[in-house]
Amino acid sequence: MNLIRSDLWRWLCLALALVATLGFTQLAMAQADPEREMTTAAPAIDADQWRQVRSGETGANYRDSRAESNYNLINSSGESWRQWRNRWVSPFGLIVIGGMIGIIVLFYLIIGRKDLEEPRTGRKLLRWPLFMRALHWSVASLFIVLALTGLNLLFGKFVFRGLFGDAFWGWMVSSSKLLHNYLGPIFGILLVVLLVSLIKDNLPKKHDLEWFKKGGGMVGKGHVDAGFANGGEKAWYWLLATVGLLVIASGFVLDFPNFGQGRDTMQWANIIHAVGALGLTAVSFGHIYIGTLGTEASLEGMTTGYVDEAWAKEHHNLWYEEVKDQALSEEEVAAQKGTKGSGDAAPSQPS
Amino acid sequence: MAQMKFMCDAERCIECNGCVTACKNANDVEWGIQRRRVVTLNDGEADEMSISVACMHCDDAPCMAVCPTDCFYKTDDGIVLHDKDLCIGCGYCLYACPFGAPQFPQQNAFGERGKMDKCTFCAGGPAESKEEEYEKYGANRIAEGKLPLCAEMCSTKALLAGDAQEVADIFRQRVVHRGHEDGAWSNNQRASADNLAYDAARKG
Repeated sequence: MNLIRSDLWRWLCLALALVATLGFTQLAMAQADPEREMTTAAPAIDADQWRQVRSGETGANYRDSRAESNYNLINSSGESWRQWRNRWVSPFGLIVIGGMIGIIVLFYLIIGRKDLEEPRTGRKLLRWPLFMRALHWSVASLFIVLALTGLNLLFGKFVFRGLFGDAFWGWMVSSSKLLHNYLGPIFGILLVVLLVSLIKDNLPKKHDLEWFKKGGGMVGKGHVDAGFANGGEKAWYWLLATVGLLVIASGFVLDFPNFGQGRDTMQWANIIHAVGALGLTAVSFGHIYIGTLGTEASLEGMTTGYVDEAWAKEHHNLWYEEVKDQALSEEEVAAQKGTKGSGDAAPSQPS
Repeated sequence: MAQMKFMCDAERCIECNGCVTACKNANDVEWGIQRRRVVTLNDGEADEMSISVACMHCDDAPCMAVCPTDCFYKTDDGIVLHDKDLCIGCGYCLYACPFGAPQFPQQNAFGERGKMDKCTFCAGGPAESKEEEYEKYGANRIAEGKLPLCAEMCSTKALLAGDAQEVADIFRQRVVHRGHEDGAWSNNQRASADNLAYDAARKG
């Protein structure tokens, strides 16, 4: 028995030695002869393979060892996104916003406030009932917070990091992101409510065309016709109803990354969101200027709900014609507010 | 100063995922995040190839360029690191990165991203203490004079880490030794005129 075992061992050792020698010679031969290696080696990874990688095409036999990874090997759209954002959106966003502020300041300094042409009559018309005012100011405050936090996310690092130091900047930018991401959806919902409530007053009419031709009354003499909303207000409405909704939709894509949307989708959403939001912010300066500093007696419509007859006649003559017999004296307005809470009376809008 | 780089020799990578495991182990990377991954193209076909990818510590890093908080910085060794105290989890670095390196813990509501995590070239990151550094970023092997564990553990030495010049030298030697006529770039238009690698192999 022992004999057989030792015999077996001898054979095994011999076989092993043989295999090993063969292996070594093969290795030595391969090392000495590159051409031979070329014929036996796995094919080289060629430029076409790297081109395929760069194209992002993955194919059925693509494997990624990372759990739930839906990324290709090389994300070449990332660089395009970076260039779009850093070379176009950021600088031109700054130019558009800065330019708009400059134009408004110049306009105010050179042309100045649009005063009422006729003196106030003292009789008031209900323009914005409480619900609309609450809605407007909610949307407006959210818009301002979102614009400021959004601008901070895009441009803040160039100013505040150096100014305040890392600790405060860190707090500032993280609260910007939190506010932006959590208030954004609320803004989105409220804006939709606002747009729905105002759509009837903002349907385009023939006289709006005339309004635009005359630059809202700035070109040529005489008044331009305007209903409850004038051409400019309607333009702002439809800008919000189109670009605004686009910004909201792209914002949702960015805000909720838990629906499996890929990098490419979010890159696009980010560019659309940034371009749309910067544009709206710039235009909103116009809206804010006209509603406050730019026009006498405009703001009180959105604060008290009532506007003066003289203002209504001058800026919204068609609406005035429809509702002029509903004008109230200041005492009546005070009484209305006293008994019914501020401005719960039926709106004097055309039905 | 050194310019630290990773290089994965795709002709050597055998898709063992040792680098992935080494990285997770060295850096105690949190659950759900895998700083290094191995990608295999044409798995099971004749031209199958694998490559290990993580942060490549780019010279002109796109993550750095798009970060809204400016939380990235480059060390003297050319390693791209980030400050988790400044990171807000916006995800922009992920949009920009060519290699899918930045990852985010997503345990919060609505898929809100946590603080970004990525390969640090085993160089830790900004922190008050060593413990805090390990907790936030993982090992700082560079401070101990060691290279990243993924590359050190690579069984076929496919994954190389170190100064760009040295990594390039090693790879160049391999290319010469392999003796591909076109310097390992098939379909090279200048292959016949520019076959230095082939000549060198012949002479040697």
